[in-house]
Amino acid sequence: MNIPDNQPVIELKGLHKRYLLKHALRGIDLSVRRGSIVGLLGPNGSGKSTLLKMMAGLIHPTSGSITVNGLTPGARSKSTIAYLPEIDHLYGGMTVTETLTFISAFYADWQPDKAAEMLDRLELDSNQKVRNLSKGMRARLKLIVALSRKVPLVLLDEPFSGIAPPSREKIVRSIIEEFNSEEQTIILSTHSVNEAEPMFDDVIFLFEGQIKRYESADRLRSEFGCSLENMWEKVCM
Amino acid sequence: MQLDFNNPKPIYLQMVDEVKKSLARGELKPGDKIPSHKEQAHLSKVNPNTVQRAYQEMEREGLTETLRGQGTFIKNDPELLVHIRSEMAQTAVQQFIEEMNGLGINPAETERLLSEHLYNGKKEV
Repeated sequence: MNIPDNQPVIELKGLHKRYLLKHALRGIDLSVRRGSIVGLLGPNGSGKSTLLKMMAGLIHPTSGSITVNGLTPGARSKSTIAYLPEIDHLYGGMTVTETLTFISAFYADWQPDKAAEMLDRLELDSNQKVRNLSKGMRARLKLIVALSRKVPLVLLDEPFSGIAPPSREKIVRSIIEEFNSEEQTIILSTHSVNEAEPMFDDVIFLFEGQIKRYESADRLRSEFGCSLENMWEKVCM
Repeated sequence: MQLDFNNPKPIYLQMVDEVKKSLARGELKPGDKIPSHKEQAHLSKVNPNTVQRAYQEMEREGLTETLRGQGTFIKNDPELLVHIRSEMAQTAVQQFIEEMNGLGINPAETERLLSEHLYNGKKEV
């Protein structure tokens, strides 16, 4: 796929999402540059998952426009996005190997060598059934599924949720290792700011469905004089 | 590598400082090969873009040179070490002076305190 370098990976204009009476997103304007790792931070219910799902083309905006890799979300845009959902979406009855084989059949851009390499590095037992894996191991498997595709945009929704620190560390290392800044952009939502902070180029602070700040992590740290973890309460006030 | 995310100084500059400190301490020597971007990103668990900026900065400051197909090396320049040490010493003194100013201590008193400590330090040794 040929995408000009200067074109943003994602462009959102006046994006609103309402679930019945609840306003999940209230007017999001956002343009994400290519080749960065962006942290999507905000308290529970601030709209992080809604925003990621919308970028992935899984839900539709109430109003406003989205362009992902120059396409409006749909079947074609999905082939340019890898999305890691917060929920457990893998079949419990399949083994790790079966899961990867099954999923690889859906994607022309699947990289089996990369999957095998990550499987080894993340110390997953390939003969285990998914339902018998610990939460941390399932999170690692989900990450392999998302990062084994060769796509310009990777969306990770809470890749560390409910996972103990050693697993989190492994996941951070893997994301850094697999990230190819020349052709990829990663947007990652998390509450584990502490572990994730070294990964971020830019950060979006989302609060009550609106973007409070979207800035380079370095600039935010020099403005607030503290780490992202310590500033997020000051930003979302 | 000691990176402080509570420090307002950009991370890539902190990485450059760390390399300079290793040189000043003699852990790194002129002509030594340093890890590739990818290796460094893995080692320090830092975004590869940040590592790349740090490497660009080191190259710009004349601290390192990249040899095609061979990797990045600390410049083999005998002057380099002298420069770095004096540069880092200047920064440390500057910081000290600023802190003393911040405490409202005048230059004469600063000088007295400094020599007193230096003198005492020597006596104990």
